[in-house]
Amino acid sequence: MITFDDVVKVYPGGGTAVDHVSLELPTGKTTVFVGPSGCGKTTSLRMINRMISPTSGRVLIDGQDVAGQDEALLRRGIGYVIQHAGLFPHRTVLDNVATVPVLLGKTRREARAAALELLERVGLAPEFAKRYPAQLSGGQQQRVGVARALAADPPVMLMDEPFSAVDPVVREQLHREFLRLQQDLGKTIAMVTHDIDEAIKLGDVVVIFRQGGVVAQVGTPQELLADPADEFVAEFVGRDRGLRSLSFDTAAELPVLPVPAELVLDEAGRPVGWRTGADDVRPTGGTFTSADTLRLVADLAILSPVGIAVRVDGDGKADGITPHHDLADYLAARRG
Amino acid sequence: MNLDYLFDAAHWEFGTSGSIPQLLLSHLWYVVLALAIGTVIALPIGLYIGHTGRGSFIAINAGNAGRSLPTLGLLMLMVTLLGLGLLPVLIALTVLVIPPILTSAYAGLRSLDQRVVDAARGVGMRPWQVLTRVELPMALPVLMSGFRSAALQVVATATVAAAVGLGGLGRLLIDGLAVNDYSRVLAGAIVVAVLAVLLDLVLAFAQRWIVSPGLRVSR
Repeated sequence: MITFDDVVKVYPGGGTAVDHVSLELPTGKTTVFVGPSGCGKTTSLRMINRMISPTSGRVLIDGQDVAGQDEALLRRGIGYVIQHAGLFPHRTVLDNVATVPVLLGKTRREARAAALELLERVGLAPEFAKRYPAQLSGGQQQRVGVARALAADPPVMLMDEPFSAVDPVVREQLHREFLRLQQDLGKTIAMVTHDIDEAIKLGDVVVIFRQGGVVAQVGTPQELLADPADEFVAEFVGRDRGLRSLSFDTAAELPVLPVPAELVLDEAGRPVGWRTGADDVRPTGGTFTSADTLRLVADLAILSPVGIAVRVDGDGKADGITPHHDLADYLAARRG
Repeated sequence: MNLDYLFDAAHWEFGTSGSIPQLLLSHLWYVVLALAIGTVIALPIGLYIGHTGRGSFIAINAGNAGRSLPTLGLLMLMVTLLGLGLLPVLIALTVLVIPPILTSAYAGLRSLDQRVVDAARGVGMRPWQVLTRVELPMALPVLMSGFRSAALQVVATATVAAAVGLGGLGRLLIDGLAVNDYSRVLAGAIVVAVLAVLLDLVLAFAQRWIVSPGLRVSR
C-alpha cells in the first residue's frame, strides 16, 4: 500500500502544486490520478519514487517513509514508465530492458536472458531485441518501456501518461494488454493520465485532482460516474456518464424476447438483417452476447433500423431480442 | 616553386636528423600531447557544467575567449615567462584545444532529450551512472565533432613550435622561408595538410566505432 499523509508541495516562487493530499493506494490495484493540467497529479506520482520531495507530509510504501531511503535503491525497486517511453537511444531494446537488473548486480548475460522473456510478455517478437529504440514505432517503444519497468519484478509501478503518445488504435490495444498483464501480475500501480476515459477503463481506484493540487474525489470508476461529489467532478467525468456507467454491467441478466419472423437468418441461424418490406432487408448493425456490456446493448438498440438489439449465442446464432423500451424498463427496475 | 623537396628520397630517410618522417613524428607528438592535456582539462569541466547546468557562462565565455587568443602571441608570451622548451609550446597549443572540447561537452549534454535523463534517474541510476552510462554515450557525436575540430586546429597550429626552436613540420616552413627555399615550404604545407586530412579520417573512423549505432539509425 502506498500512503500519502498530508502531503504538500510548494515550489519556490510560490506555486502550490500539491495541497494537503492524503490518499491510500491499495496493494495489487491500479490507482489512476487524473485531472486537468497543472493539478498536481504528476508531482504527486513523482513524490512516490522521490523524483520530487514533498515540502511537508510523508509518502509511505507499506508503512515505510520513502524519505528515509536511499534514492537510487528505492527507485530500482519501483517500476517507472513515462510518456514517450524515455528509452535509452544508444542501447538496444534488450539492454534497455536489462537496465535495472544490471544496476541491481545481475550479470549482463543473466539480465539479457530474463529481458528476452519479458519482451515476449509485453507482446514483442524476439527479433526486436537487437534493434535500437529509433527503429521502433511509438507503440513498440512504449511496450519496451513497460518491459524495462517490469524487469526487476518490482511490486510497485509508476506510470506517467504511459499511453498518451500513441495513436488511438494502438492505445486501445495497449489498454487491453495492460489489463491482461495487470490481471496476471497484480502490481500496485499508480498511473497518471489527463484522459478520464482511460482512467475509468484502467483504474480500480480513480483519484480526481483539481487545479491547485487538491483531491476532488476518490472512488471506483462506478462511484465517480454514479455519484460525482460536486459539479467539477461531474463536469470532468463528462456529460454522458449515465450511458458510460452501463459499461460496468453485462447483459447476462437482461431479459430477451424470442426471435421474431421479421429477423432474417442464414442457414446457420445467424442474423442477416431486419425485413422492413417485401424486398427490403436492412442490416442489424451488430449483435451482442450475454457477456457484453449493457452499454453495447443500448448502442445496438439505437443503431438498429427497428430499435431492437439482437442477442446471439457463442456460435453466432440469434437466440433473443431486446427492444429499446424493454432495455429502458430493465434499467429503471434495476435502479429501484 | 616545385615539388622537388617533397619527392627527394633523401628527405624521407628516417635516420637523418630533420628528415620529413622525424619532423612528422615530433609534430604528431605535440598534437597528441596537446589534445591529451586539453581533453583532461576541458572534458571534466564541460561535462560538469553540462550535467549540473551550473556555470554555463564559463563554457560559453571560455569558448569565445579561447578562439580569439592568437596562438603565436601566446607562445611568445609563454617563452618570455618560462624560457624556451616544450612547456610553452604545449601551453599555447592546449589553450587552443580547450575551447572546442569544453564547449562541445557542454553543448552535447545540454542538447540531450531530458526525458531520457529523467528516465535514467527514475530507474535508479546514481548521478555518476547517469553521466557515464546515459549522458556521455548519448553526447558522443557532438563531443567527437568538437574533438575533431580541436585536432584539426592543433595539427595546423603546431607548426608554431618551430618558431621557438623546436621540431615539427613547422621547421620546413620556417627554415624554407629563411633560406628562400620555397620548394621546402611547399613540402611542409602539403605534409601538414595531408596529416590533417588523415588524422580526421582516423577520428571519423574512431567515431563510427565508439558511437552507438542506435544514435545513427533512423526509422
